[in-house]
Amino acid sequence: MANTTESNLPGDDVLEEPVPAMQQLLDNPFLLLFIGIAVPTVLYTIWGVMEIVNLPIAK
Amino acid sequence: MAVNRNFRTCPTTGLVFHEPAEKLMRWNAVVAVVALLVGGVLAIGVLLTRWQAVHLLQADLFYQFLTAHGLNMLVFWIIFFEMAILYFASSTLLRCRLATPALAWAGFWLMVVGALLNNYAVLRGDSSVMFTSYAPMGAHPTFYAGLILFAVGALIACFVFFGTLVVAKAERTYHGSVPLVTFGAITAAIIAVFTIATGAIILIPTLLWSLGLIEHIDSLMYRTIWWGFGHSSQQINVAAHVSVWYAGAAVVFGAKPMSEKVSRTAFLLYIFFLQLASAHHLLADPGLTSNWKIFNTSYAMYLAVLASMVHGLTVPGSIEVAQRLKGYNNGLFEWLRRAPWGNAPFVAVFISIVGFGFLGGISGVMMGTEQLNLIIHNTLYVPGHFHATVVIGTTLAFMGLTYFLIPVLFRRKVAFGNMATWQAYIFGISMSGFSVFMMGAGTLGAPRRHWDISFAGNPFGYEFPATAWLMIALMGIFGVGALVGGAMYLAITVYSVFLGEKIQTPDFATVSAKRGMAPAPQPVAVGATGHGAGVGAWGMVAPGTFVLALVFLTSFVLYYFVNWKYLSTVWPLK
Ligand code: HEM
Ligand SMILES: [Cu+2]
Repeated sequence: MANTTESNLPGDDVLEEPVPAMQQLLDNPFLLLFIGIAVPTVLYTIWGVMEIVNLPIAK
Repeated sequence: MAVNRNFRTCPTTGLVFHEPAEKLMRWNAVVAVVALLVGGVLAIGVLLTRWQAVHLLQADLFYQFLTAHGLNMLVFWIIFFEMAILYFASSTLLRCRLATPALAWAGFWLMVVGALLNNYAVLRGDSSVMFTSYAPMGAHPTFYAGLILFAVGALIACFVFFGTLVVAKAERTYHGSVPLVTFGAITAAIIAVFTIATGAIILIPTLLWSLGLIEHIDSLMYRTIWWGFGHSSQQINVAAHVSVWYAGAAVVFGAKPMSEKVSRTAFLLYIFFLQLASAHHLLADPGLTSNWKIFNTSYAMYLAVLASMVHGLTVPGSIEVAQRLKGYNNGLFEWLRRAPWGNAPFVAVFISIVGFGFLGGISGVMMGTEQLNLIIHNTLYVPGHFHATVVIGTTLAFMGLTYFLIPVLFRRKVAFGNMATWQAYIFGISMSGFSVFMMGAGTLGAPRRHWDISFAGNPFGYEFPATAWLMIALMGIFGVGALVGGAMYLAITVYSVFLGEKIQTPDFATVSAKRGMAPAPQPVAVGATGHGAGVGAWGMVAPGTFVLALVFLTSFVLYYFVNWKYLSTVWPLK
């Protein structure tokens, strides 16, 4: 099973060149998970709820 | 507890299946198809009632059917199928054991119980509140309880998915970055976590309210948070079916993404912006400011739309490159003419891309514009739009994937010869007609979720233009075609899975890898970047796709413009 003949795939520990920042972001699912929850929570949910809460109550 | 490390390698595709993951994929897919069957039977009643010439069901029954149709299709069919995709994209594509299969089964059964409970509530007859269940319209507590259980189950499945990513990394079953299809599934799972958490935030208080434990649910608050759940769940579908497109191009053509970087960045735009578009459901609601509405729909949504256009271009583009490399390099469109028009997964994915883009995408941008939304708000245009996205886009892509998975997962031949290909054409074309005419009727003002637009026997009526009636009749005819196509899918799938001809694999064996040692990694088919060297025309590798993109943009701009003109006649400003 030692099928290690495939080329141009660097092994995990032999880093030939530094990984670009963008790729580091794309390779980190938990950072992406955080962003994917934080962005809509702030811009959609919290902002929207604040607007509703601040509506004056009709008398 | 011993970890099950039994793997099987599919003899036809070389894909590697972890035993528990494979079983979970099968069960999720089977339950999904059952939900599609239920939703499809209900669609008969809904369609034949909206088709005014038939007007089949009584009012009560119509709304009951409509509620159950929406839930079984939009929620249960699609999400069960997506769970199978998540397990496939993690365990199989990363050649990795599934993390915590026992937990995954717990999630699965929670979803099953939740779906049954919710259907029970609707069946009782006192919960015909539509899938949106807007408070203060109340349903039986089991309605909300069922949805909550289902959501918790799906959340567990998402965590099993993320756990599997961790295992794959720790056990080094892949090198470098995950394959693009897995990245798309990560996008879907991230959106799913936000979606489900939001659903819980609104449905739990609503359950307590239905039990009398909470006094009051504010209707605007409900709608705002509910749509964070209701709309975002559609974005799980988009991320999932786009992944299926990429997988389809790879499987059918051996196509490699034109640029991994561009495709992944497009998925990243989804993660950032797609869920904000939830606000388009509230464009006509008072109370929320235009700042909030326009920021969330226009600015943010256009970035997500841009991402969809990138996917809509790179997938056909990669197919074009692959075809040109095979020698179909003449002119602009030889690659397309010589595409495998008799291959069911291809046809399904192709119609899915075109229908999603031209019908679902263009109409979605139009109706997501605050001012233009006034033209079509709460009309049949809305279900017309989403039958283009969620049925032609998502459902048809999943149908195509099914035809690929039946031999792979169930090791049976797809039954009835060419019927699968015909199914994709009939379903795709009928659904396109159905959506277009539904949108046509909506543009002329015919309302959605309306039992009788003739207002027979009512003191106050309204005369819809004759063209609207014609559109509804055409919608009915094409809808029947879509029902036939749906029935064909069910017949083929159920027959193949249970009675289809078995694929004999004499050298079949499950491989048991030793603890801590996963199978040797191999480059996954869709993992590498590639450029078509020496093919193309006009200095482009995919000029045909470029021309198609220009056609798309022209239609887009024209349609958008026409609607602004139309707006000025519908709501004249004096
Ligand atoms: C043969 C297939 C289908 C036909 C003929 C059909 C037909 C219809 C019709 C006539 C309506 C009623 C529109 C209204 O009165 O407002 C409707 C609603 C709906 N359909 Fe379908 N449909 C089909 C498949 C699907 C599928 C596959 C999905 C989802 C994946 C789906 C999701 C929905 C949803 C979410 C609604 C809205 C329910 C509501 O307003 O609460 N349908 N469908
Ligand atoms: Cu939406």
